[in-house]
Amino acid sequence: MSVNQQAHTGPPYGQAQPGYQGYQQPGYGGQPLPGIPHSQYGAYNGPMPGYQQPVPPQGYFPSLGFPSKGSPVSLNSDTSSLAPNFIGLLRAPPTSGAPPPASGASLPSGHPVYSQFGQGDVQNGIPASAAQMHRPPASQPFLPGSAPTPVSQTSTFQQYGPPPGSAQQLSNQMAGMTIGSTSTPAPPPAGLGYGPPTSVPPVSGSFSATGSGLYTPYTSGQGPPPTSVSQGLPLAQPPFSGQPISTQRLPTQVPGFAPPPSSTGIGPSSYPPTTGAPRPSPMQGPPLPGQTVAGPPTSQPNHVSSPPPPSTMSGPHPGPSPMAGLHGPPPPTHPPQPGYQMQQNGSFGQARGPQPNYGGAYPGTPNYGSQPGPPPPPKRLDPDSIPSPIQVIEDDRSNRGSEPFVTGVRGQVPPLVTTNFLVKDQGNASPRYIRCTSYNIPCTSDMAKQSQVPLAAVIKPLATLPPEETLPYLVDHGESGPVRCNRCKAYMCPFMQFIEGGRRFQCCFCSCVTEVPPHYFQHLDHTGKRVDFYDRPELSLGSYEFLATVDYCKNNKFPSPPAFIFMIDVSYNAVKSGLVRLICEELKSLLDYLPREGNMEESAIRVGFVTYNKVLHFYNVKSSLAQPQMMVVSDVADMFVPLLDGFLVNVNESRTVIASLLDQIPEMFADTRETETVFAPVIQAGLEALKAAECAGKLFIFHTSLPIAEAPGKLKNRDDKKLINTDKEKTLFQPQTSFYNNLAKDCVAQGCCVDLFIFPNQYLDVATLGVVTYQTGGSIYKYAYFQLETDQDRFLNDLRRDVQKEVGFDAVMRVRTSTGIRATDFFGAFYMSNTTDVEMAGLDCDKTITVEFKHDDKLSEDSGALLQCALLYTSCAGQRRLRIHNLSLNCCTQLADLYRNCETDTLINYLAKYAYRGVLNSPVKTVRDALINQCAQILACYRKNCASPSSAGQLILPECMKLLPVYLNCVLKSDVLQPGPEVTTDDRAYIRQLVTSMDVAETNVFFYPRLLPLTKADVDSDSLPAAIRNSEERLSKGDIYLLENGLNIFVWVGVNVQQGLIQNLFGVSSFSQISNTLSTLPVLENPFSKKVRSVVDMLQVQRSRYMKLIIVKQEDKLEMLFKHFLVEDKSLSGGASYVDFLCHMHKEIRQLLS
Amino acid sequence: MATYLEFIQQNEERDGVRFSWNVWPSSRLEATRMVVPLACLLTPLKERLDLPPVQYEPVLCSRPTCKAVLNPLCQVDYRAKLWACNFCFQRNQFPPAYAGISELNQPAELMPQFSTIEYIVQRGPQTPLIFLYVVDTCLEEDDLQALKESLQMSLSLLPADALVGLITFGRMVQVHELSSEGISKSYVFRGTKDLTAKQIQDMLGLSRPAVPMQQGRPLQPHEQPVISSRFLQPVHKIDMNLTDLLGELQRDPWPVMQGKRPLRSTGVALSIAVGLLEGTFPNTGARIMLFTGGPPTQGPGMVVGDELKTPIRSWHDIEKDNTRLMKKATKHYETLANRTAANGHCIDIYACALDQTGLLEMKCCANLTGGHMVMGDSFNTSLFKQTFQRVFNKGFNGEFRMAFGASLEVKTSRELKIAGAIGPCISLNAKGPCVSENELGIGGTSQWKICSLDPSTTLAIYFEVVNQHNAPIPQGGRGVVQFVTQYQHSSMQKRIRVTTIARNWADAQSQLQHIEAAFDQEAAAVLMARLGVYRAESEEGPDVLRWLDRQLIRLCQKFGQYNKDDPNSFRLSESFSLYPQFMFHLRRSPFLQVFNNSPDESSYYRHHFARQDLTQSLIMIQPILYAYSFCGPPEPVLLDSSSILPDRILLMDTFFQIVIYLGETIAQWQKAGYQDMPEYENFKHLLQAPLDDAQEILQTRFPMPRYINTEHGGSQARFLLSKVNPSQTHNNLYAWGQESGAPILTDDVSLQVFMDHLKKLAVSSAS
Repeated sequence: MSVNQQAHTGPPYGQAQPGYQGYQQPGYGGQPLPGIPHSQYGAYNGPMPGYQQPVPPQGYFPSLGFPSKGSPVSLNSDTSSLAPNFIGLLRAPPTSGAPPPASGASLPSGHPVYSQFGQGDVQNGIPASAAQMHRPPASQPFLPGSAPTPVSQTSTFQQYGPPPGSAQQLSNQMAGMTIGSTSTPAPPPAGLGYGPPTSVPPVSGSFSATGSGLYTPYTSGQGPPPTSVSQGLPLAQPPFSGQPISTQRLPTQVPGFAPPPSSTGIGPSSYPPTTGAPRPSPMQGPPLPGQTVAGPPTSQPNHVSSPPPPSTMSGPHPGPSPMAGLHGPPPPTHPPQPGYQMQQNGSFGQARGPQPNYGGAYPGTPNYGSQPGPPPPPKRLDPDSIPSPIQVIEDDRSNRGSEPFVTGVRGQVPPLVTTNFLVKDQGNASPRYIRCTSYNIPCTSDMAKQSQVPLAAVIKPLATLPPEETLPYLVDHGESGPVRCNRCKAYMCPFMQFIEGGRRFQCCFCSCVTEVPPHYFQHLDHTGKRVDFYDRPELSLGSYEFLATVDYCKNNKFPSPPAFIFMIDVSYNAVKSGLVRLICEELKSLLDYLPREGNMEESAIRVGFVTYNKVLHFYNVKSSLAQPQMMVVSDVADMFVPLLDGFLVNVNESRTVIASLLDQIPEMFADTRETETVFAPVIQAGLEALKAAECAGKLFIFHTSLPIAEAPGKLKNRDDKKLINTDKEKTLFQPQTSFYNNLAKDCVAQGCCVDLFIFPNQYLDVATLGVVTYQTGGSIYKYAYFQLETDQDRFLNDLRRDVQKEVGFDAVMRVRTSTGIRATDFFGAFYMSNTTDVEMAGLDCDKTITVEFKHDDKLSEDSGALLQCALLYTSCAGQRRLRIHNLSLNCCTQLADLYRNCETDTLINYLAKYAYRGVLNSPVKTVRDALINQCAQILACYRKNCASPSSAGQLILPECMKLLPVYLNCVLKSDVLQPGPEVTTDDRAYIRQLVTSMDVAETNVFFYPRLLPLTKADVDSDSLPAAIRNSEERLSKGDIYLLENGLNIFVWVGVNVQQGLIQNLFGVSSFSQISNTLSTLPVLENPFSKKVRSVVDMLQVQRSRYMKLIIVKQEDKLEMLFKHFLVEDKSLSGGASYVDFLCHMHKEIRQLLS
Repeated sequence: MATYLEFIQQNEERDGVRFSWNVWPSSRLEATRMVVPLACLLTPLKERLDLPPVQYEPVLCSRPTCKAVLNPLCQVDYRAKLWACNFCFQRNQFPPAYAGISELNQPAELMPQFSTIEYIVQRGPQTPLIFLYVVDTCLEEDDLQALKESLQMSLSLLPADALVGLITFGRMVQVHELSSEGISKSYVFRGTKDLTAKQIQDMLGLSRPAVPMQQGRPLQPHEQPVISSRFLQPVHKIDMNLTDLLGELQRDPWPVMQGKRPLRSTGVALSIAVGLLEGTFPNTGARIMLFTGGPPTQGPGMVVGDELKTPIRSWHDIEKDNTRLMKKATKHYETLANRTAANGHCIDIYACALDQTGLLEMKCCANLTGGHMVMGDSFNTSLFKQTFQRVFNKGFNGEFRMAFGASLEVKTSRELKIAGAIGPCISLNAKGPCVSENELGIGGTSQWKICSLDPSTTLAIYFEVVNQHNAPIPQGGRGVVQFVTQYQHSSMQKRIRVTTIARNWADAQSQLQHIEAAFDQEAAAVLMARLGVYRAESEEGPDVLRWLDRQLIRLCQKFGQYNKDDPNSFRLSESFSLYPQFMFHLRRSPFLQVFNNSPDESSYYRHHFARQDLTQSLIMIQPILYAYSFCGPPEPVLLDSSSILPDRILLMDTFFQIVIYLGETIAQWQKAGYQDMPEYENFKHLLQAPLDDAQEILQTRFPMPRYINTEHGGSQARFLLSKVNPSQTHNNLYAWGQESGAPILTDDVSLQVFMDHLKKLAVSSAS
């Protein structure tokens, strides 16, 4: 929706419409705010069906096993839902009443729902037209819901209905949201009517308006189709959820609703943790049934019988608030949806702490009050009724995956990172380079503060583009260098305004007027555009490169081609494990694949070799030598490079000498008994070598143990798990000594990037060893307990990719912004010597920098906000270049605009990085609390300012942020912030550093892993099977699943999997014979095996690191490890389940609101 | 007199000893009045073709403080099988092996002709010789090439079982591991950082615990090789490797900016060489051979910075005390030299460069350890190549003319004490009853260590007569001195050479003529010169000259015959007649005059002066001049400007230089090409004669002298003109009115003037 809006806005601004056209809804244009997405909608609808399909998988119900949700009821629900995966579906089924059939039905509905999400926007857009408002879109749904939708919504609501109880109300709110979404569906009808959002709020009153916007998506899904279900899910109002979800909730809710007091007491305590405990037993068992009975009777086994209440609810709701509205609608749709809502509610309910509030809310809506009382307790929050990442992803994929994303319009929200789409650069940088948390920036800092939505951009300056997209053009402005603004030094870009017939241009960042250099002069056409507009990439594209002049080079000298230095640990451990031999063998062939500039025949990169244990060995591999020369430097206290000529050589020239060296290294150290190693001197050596050669470069260090040999940077084992959860925990993330910080500084100054491959068998102090790597823009690869057989492939693939990937050296990045905002904070792997320049010794195509912006003045809606990211770097051929990315954003005076144009994935990327940096200085608990608090504020602000007034008991989420709770919960549960007992200190430090340079796609899958049912894969097609949600509940004993998070791939095998499948996949005859030490799947000639292997290969290709394949058998020891990644479930280390957390969030929000 | 000359000569040939006085004044007072101290030049390993070593242990005096060796001068009671020590008078039992001893059946050491005898003893394990090359790589390409070839060639000259090692240095120092196969391996050290021996050994992996690791594969596990085998390997095993390694040796790769000297880490390289041997082969024969082509420019031992605009210190700077680095550098090398000496190793310095290379600072390395010091212009000269080759010359019996780890002990009879020694040695600080409190040279000890010596190495040893005037020595009493030199022969045997000599005492008042007649003026001149040069190392030049002058005057006063205040009446006896002339040339020699010489050159000259035998020393003091002409056979002529005649060819040997000088006429004839005409074949022969003689000298001398072929008016003629006595100068040319000779443009006094002054002062009653 936001997109649409933006699009609209776009036109007004007069920005490059041409490109925009793509946006479609010109009509909207009229209404800036209104959502645009019509077309999209259309598209979505189409897709929807597709989704449904996925549903079927749900059929797996068999998995009933999912004990968690419990009890027979749950079973039912499950069954009904079948598709544990698709929440929406689940719900849908319920609706149908008859589980099986329902499911079928529901499925469809579910899909729609999802689609709605995606579409939601669209729809909104449509309505928007009517409504005008941006928000409208969001709200729109509601509207529809309210008015026409009601019905549709009702369906959703119905669910609530069941919960009748207060829970429902909550759910209603949720529902409201959902409703809104439902409304979306409604859109069709209402859509138009809704006029967008604005109307929504009002109309639907509580429902639509409130959550709708946000929820809409979900709801929308529901709405239109039946999707309501989905809506319900997301929104799941507290109350309901409470009930449905679990006993806990029940109690909580109960209090909340009816007996607030008691509940309250419980609620709070229950909280995620508590709840966790309680829920299971009480909730599930009894409540569910109860619930089912009550509400469900008809339809939703799962969720409370929303239907009934809904009706009631609806009745009242409409009047009162969204809740009502929700209810209202639900009834209709009913069964299915209700269920969801309920659950959701449940979760919220838990939040209960606030119950009092609820109470209040309830009162407002008498119905609820009444309803809650009874039903809530028994019900739980149906996981299917809460916002599903899978659904959102699928929706976006189907809605936006087909059309190229054209960047001509200011402030467009790009498709999600999980969607495959093409980008057409028409003046703004591709989202592959820059993604923002919000594409609509509040005009004032007050607004920004109020919303608490961080303004951040995630920049990946050297991102790899798919082959269909063109690389940034290289522009050469000749000897005088790129044309720049005189004052702020911004580079020429599409936003610069040429005036005075083209003799001068006005800077779009600082407004300073600069003379156009004579050689750059060009006449303007009647629109004020330069005649050569389309001939010059820097005038027409968002991303391009300038050839830098000598002024941009260190010491005013053009750089030499960079060098790669391979530094291999040859201590006992490394030799013994076969690592040294492996590396040497691999290097022999790998050296032929060094990165080279586009059309060059051979790489300009020179290579050098060092081995070390507690002394260093340098090798002279000069081409004129008959045999390599080894030079040992034992003076590690005062490192230096013993040779100049012959250390860094051209691979082709020295091929034979290098080959001879690589043959001999393993032999020379075969009998070594040296176990001690040094580390800092190794880096120093590389640094000195590059200094001596006067070039930038990259060190590849292969290291195995804690450097305890007497030398600078010597470390001691300080691992202490007792520190966890104490104020001193942060020391585990901090380097032991400042020595490495200083070293890193020197490295950066020289352009010496350090890539570290570590093979620890015990504590290695990654937090300290990684400092240099981290600050120089390098990568760490960790292979704990390295074993040749199992880890060889992974290591070699990583090594190959790391050596071959595109990389820039000696890079400096500066982000310029138009007046009003300023880049204030930076996250990533780099070093900063001042407050504006991000320095990276090396920057590869996977490294990402997250930049946070703050206001330092007012912005105007007219001019928007501009970003220019300029990266000065040395290419792998030694050419000095500037890569420029420009991005224009909208500005808004209405908070709703902000919320409608957010991107949750990016937000999570920022929040995770922010939190991961926080643990360096604050206790982990503080960091977690701050995260929760900030998100609660964001949502509360939305609730307060954008959602239509409604019962406080309702949880209303912005459409764009409906996944914020689930993702945030994943961040909170991550190993860094909440380590389980099996997580080592090194792992945490490793992940902490890893996440800091991840892009949005990586954080997305890292925090919310992708879970694919392999047995559902279509062996005949190339596509991946549809993902399902990360919950044990969704797993079926009879299936095989694959879970990937960017670091690992788990293949989970249920105990009841058919022997045939096992035989086909593993080549063994029974479940018990499957070896869980396999690191690769056996190559077998059958369709299933081929399919699975191709899936694995496909995933491997997508990630920047080769993932470790782990076979997990159900009920095996390793399963614990696997379960750790089922992030919607409660984790062993105390992490809350999604449902619990949602309730908690709700509680927090209510507290804020009250 | 002839008898004394013969006596002296005979003694020298037999014992390698020349005393300044061959009849000794019998009291301390008289001895001091003799002016020239009682001293001797000892050539411990003088080659004796007729001296077969005996294969048993020497018999020692049983008194713990004495331990003198049984010698021909001892009184022996054949019946009681007893012998009396002639130093402490202890009566000693012969060991059981001597049971059959009788007047007719004497062991060798009792026979008078065996006053010098050599024992071969079996003691301890024999370790092979060690040669550690320390090679500067900051050389010009052709220099380095020449040096590499010389080094490769030298491998063939080494005994097959000798251990060799290679350290190269430039900006960094590399210790090469020689045993590695397939890959050449070296340990590299920063050239700016001084390391302790311990650190060096740790870093080289030589510390005991670290030994096992780091080993290359070639060694079988059970075969625990000598620790340092990685760096020092038997020649026969690795000569191919090392030849290749040397062949691949490249110039120091670090760029040298314009206006800079290359960074040369000589100080650290030496320090590492010393440290390497110190830990692994203490007290065995080892040569560290340093080849350097320029001054150390960084790190400890740095002599000059790398800025070319800063010249290397000159004598002028030294006098002005304007040498910031010199003291520090000197201290560094002294420390190294002392450590090396303590380990019994020696350091050779082969410095070839046109500019100075820091020999002044490094001289102690060679001086204290008995190492060679060779200075040349380039490694690509025959001077260096042949000199280096000559280091490995073999003696008549096919053995290297070098010995290692020697210690020299001197024992004296009671009337004498030991005042000190001057030569390539270092004190072992052995105090004892025969050590004088007055020091001359390196004193305060009766034992010295000479880490390396060859058959010509000669020490000056100074004595003090301590017998009081009122305790006369019985008539016919003799003073006895015993020199015991223990050393490792190049064949790796341990040997002990014992020389026992005795001289008569004489009462200086009653028997002055005897003493006078037994004066060895050549030995005395060298001994006095050594004292002077020794002093010059630490004192101001003029002071030393004054001291020498005063000694000379006093000697003349004491032994001259004259009437008071009548210079013309002054006469010296024949045994003193040459002495003043030696002193005159000594005063002009580069050993005492630093004018026109760089500090390095002075150090170089002094180094050799302090270790050559008497003959060579005399040549150094007073060069030899031969004349070739048609007038007769070649004849030695006066070292005087009057000897420079147009129709003569002169051949001058200054030890360091061989100059062939063609007189004016001869030069013209040569230019005209007469030598090529058959009818002037005699002229050709005349031209050839000095060349042949020069070749003969060049072939035998170590280090090889600089060979200069010049002619009248040639620029190189200055080498000759600066040496000859300037009897004709621009000042007196006409006054003398002689038609012969060549005037020398100098203000230096001539010998004649010198003598006149000497006579005047000697006869003056005022002094």
